[in-house]
Amino acid sequence: MSDDHGSSLISARVRHVEALLESRGLLDAGEIDTRIDEFAAGGTPANGARVVARAWVDDGFRDRLLADANAALPEVGLSMAGGLQEQRLKVVANGPDEHHVLVCTLCSCYPIALLGPSPSWYKSEAYRSRVVRDPRSVLAEFGLDLPAGTRIEVWDASAESRYMVLPRRPEGTEGLTEDQLAGLVTRKGLIGTAAV
Amino acid sequence: MTAYAPGDRVRTRTADPAGHTRLPRYARGATGTVVQVAGSHPLADDRARGLDVPAQPVYHVRFAARDLFGDGDHGVTVELWHDHLDHDTEGRA
Repeated sequence: MSDDHGSSLISARVRHVEALLESRGLLDAGEIDTRIDEFAAGGTPANGARVVARAWVDDGFRDRLLADANAALPEVGLSMAGGLQEQRLKVVANGPDEHHVLVCTLCSCYPIALLGPSPSWYKSEAYRSRVVRDPRSVLAEFGLDLPAGTRIEVWDASAESRYMVLPRRPEGTEGLTEDQLAGLVTRKGLIGTAAV
Repeated sequence: MTAYAPGDRVRTRTADPAGHTRLPRYARGATGTVVQVAGSHPLADDRARGLDVPAQPVYHVRFAARDLFGDGDHGVTVELWHDHLDHDTEGRA
């Protein structure tokens, strides 16, 4: 049996189905965890941070990333091809007057290869329903108070593409190395619920 | 079927299907602008019913918040299949 069950009704149902599959020899014990681990293997926000740092120091890479992210990712040793099929990635760049934020209103679609497993709040009904309707207030609750003149663009990742936000490079970071810059980038920054 | 292009104004269907759909309820019957063609895939609504269907264009369609909710100054971009768009009532831009 796999670990990490909640106590909800759906967890009980999944546990029951899993036990039945195991008892009939259709599923090895622990196989679901193994498959999930394989799917998530290597997925961590550090990957997304590397992409961002490269885009901050290399304008050519930034342009290629924004034009065709799937084609640009191999330049930093990454890809979106870890699942059953390669997923299309679109990177959206924050600017002086625009800020992007991601959500999946229908479920919890998320670029696992670049950001790792999604945080629980990303999957919450509150976030999914409110951020499309009133993103400015939701971002303020995350501690991100955007200037009134900043246009907010919400991306609903409810279909085939996955998205990642390219945050703006913080001021005063001219002397940092690419690795040091990557260290500044947070998971929330890559989702758009933080500035960086 | 003629695919839409970036800049085309499109209107989403209003139908409320009995099964799964990737056309979010908040974006039904709304007019938006095609931002980008995002490849070609079988309609997820059909695949969820176990149907083997051909691929069709998928688009990033941007809606102004006021056209979805009546107010708001932000934009919401939704990825929609060609069949989610109402081809009878809305012409090309």
